[in-house]
Amino acid sequence: MDEDDQFFIDDNSEDAEEEGSDDDTGFFPIDESIVHSTNVTTTRTAPEQLPAKFSSGISGASNNYPLDNNFEYVVLSQDEIVKYMVECIKEVNEVIKLPTTTVRLLLHHFRWDKEKLMERFYDPNHQDELFRQAHIVNPFKKAPQLQTQLSNSSHRSARRQTSVTSPSHSLTTVNPLRPSTEQTCAICCSTKPVNEMAGLECGHIFCTDCWRHYLTTKIIDEGIGQTIPCPAKCDILVDDRTVLALIEIPAVRRKYQHLITNSFVECNRNMRWCPGNNCTNAIKASYCDVAMVTCTTCKTSFCFQCGQSWHEPIKCKWLKRWQKKCHDDSETSNWISANTKECPKCHATIEKNGGCNHLICKNQSCKYEFCWICLGPWEPHGSSWYNCNRFNEDDAKKARDDQERSRAALQRYLHYYKRYHNHHESLRLESKLLDQVQKRMELMQQQMSWIEVQFLQVACDVLRQCRQTLMYTYPFAFYLKRNNHSIIFEQNQADLEHATEELSGYLERDSTQTTNLTEMKQKVQDKYRYCSTRRKVLLDHVTEGYESDYWEYNEDV
Amino acid sequence: MALKRINKELLELEKDPPANCSAGPATIMGPGDSPFQGGVFFLAIHFPADYPFKPPKITFTTKIFHPNINSNGAICLDILRSQWSPALTISKVLLSICSLLCDPNPDDPLVPDIARTYKTDKEKYNATARQWTQKYAM
Repeated sequence: MDEDDQFFIDDNSEDAEEEGSDDDTGFFPIDESIVHSTNVTTTRTAPEQLPAKFSSGISGASNNYPLDNNFEYVVLSQDEIVKYMVECIKEVNEVIKLPTTTVRLLLHHFRWDKEKLMERFYDPNHQDELFRQAHIVNPFKKAPQLQTQLSNSSHRSARRQTSVTSPSHSLTTVNPLRPSTEQTCAICCSTKPVNEMAGLECGHIFCTDCWRHYLTTKIIDEGIGQTIPCPAKCDILVDDRTVLALIEIPAVRRKYQHLITNSFVECNRNMRWCPGNNCTNAIKASYCDVAMVTCTTCKTSFCFQCGQSWHEPIKCKWLKRWQKKCHDDSETSNWISANTKECPKCHATIEKNGGCNHLICKNQSCKYEFCWICLGPWEPHGSSWYNCNRFNEDDAKKARDDQERSRAALQRYLHYYKRYHNHHESLRLESKLLDQVQKRMELMQQQMSWIEVQFLQVACDVLRQCRQTLMYTYPFAFYLKRNNHSIIFEQNQADLEHATEELSGYLERDSTQTTNLTEMKQKVQDKYRYCSTRRKVLLDHVTEGYESDYWEYNEDV
Repeated sequence: MALKRINKELLELEKDPPANCSAGPATIMGPGDSPFQGGVFFLAIHFPADYPFKPPKITFTTKIFHPNINSNGAICLDILRSQWSPALTISKVLLSICSLLCDPNPDDPLVPDIARTYKTDKEKYNATARQWTQKYAM
């Protein structure tokens, strides 16, 4: 059996009976053993079965410096994701007894929310509506549905094309009920024996060659997996069974299955892809919350809620705003602050590249005339009695105040941005430091044992953690309103920053030259212990603040 | 395969062309209830190698004043892009283009200037469209 056939399990026999017509489209029996051999995916019930359970923290330092957190999660590889998906489908399937592919389409419609699906499924008044919304032919009303579906679909497609197509013009052959040995495919217009034709529950029949071509185009060229519609432009979606029965090329099958798993993970509230480079794992938790999760393969740590790298102490919402802001200005704002002024009336940014100080705003709706020096209105400047050095002139003063306020806001932003960016850069550069430190550790092993030199590794980990925390303290502080607690926070921040820079200094220095290794080790150990204590103090203070509502935010910056 | 299908489509087009349209060379007569009335608009139809799985490329070769058709003759129509389906045919597409001429879609414009005129000053839009039709399509 092909490996990627593990994807879809066979229904049990009673389901197969209910399915009727698509029995012969072929399905993919999977060894029961594959589905049940693992308890990896049955993690919902028993946490002790989890293959890997992590407390938040970076390996190496995690024992000494745990954050709080009972957030439990599992790292799933590609195969495990598939198995988990099959489990989910199976679970629902046991209750509602429909073909697996129908269940998958339904689950996808409800973004893999099983409870919601069940609730809607057993609401007898809306069952029909449910299937219509999910673009599936209602399996409980097969025979009458077929007719209405056909007429519906021709209406619908006509409406979509915004034209009036009479059915007689249609090339589509839509009469599966006519007993005949040959049928004409509406796509290629060839007449072929019935056994070379295939179709979905909606009754539109096309030849298998055209189906294959159509599905391949959708999957490979358009990257659509979850929601391929019937080629006849009716709303009914193609199910997995049909796709896998028709497609034989392994690359296309793999791509299709990849698309399905991708949408499974992305639609699932309690799953996230690991954002690490080239990492194909996904993280699954029992609920969605702000928590640090670490991928077992690539060791990337990230926030489960927003998928960004772990950003304590700032909250996801504010980080998002910060990143948007950074993306918008930063580089340009530097230049703007140095070289331009704003029109005092419409606040358009103006660069003066020559000419006199009588400025006329080029903004068509503004055309304000003002003086470049004092930013006051130009009008009085023309008269002989006026001159710019009258600084206490009310209007000019107000204009300058406005200007200053906006400059100050920019200065404030740049202050935080520069520090944020600085730590970001240091973090990047320190990955190189780790290589150097490892070489140094090897050298040091001439004088010390392996276990004795591990302190350098721990120091590096602590340094990285501290940098990361410091980096995110700046956007946090940027949005913070000043109060007593924010002053305490800033002191904590300053203290941690100072200690972190010292630790970084120790690690950068070529310590192999030092004669007294033991003394150096003592110093480094003291420093990193101090750093991680300070980091904990800072984070605890912030957490306490979240719990007791100390923090007030500047919404309008 | 594609050839057989194209042949059949062309035959049907010739035998039973949709209102206001003709095949070979492909033309659309300006619909009666539009400012394009009386004009004859030529179109170029290019079939990609994997037709009918990819949509045909259809462009106006006659200049036309329309919010969804630009100066190169490119047409902004959903069924010529994402909403294409292999069950659609040239005949249906021509019909859709006809109805697009009657009912432009100014909310999704290809030429924003024309769309603005259409939305704010219908009279001016109609006059310009008539003028262009007289100049280029008669």
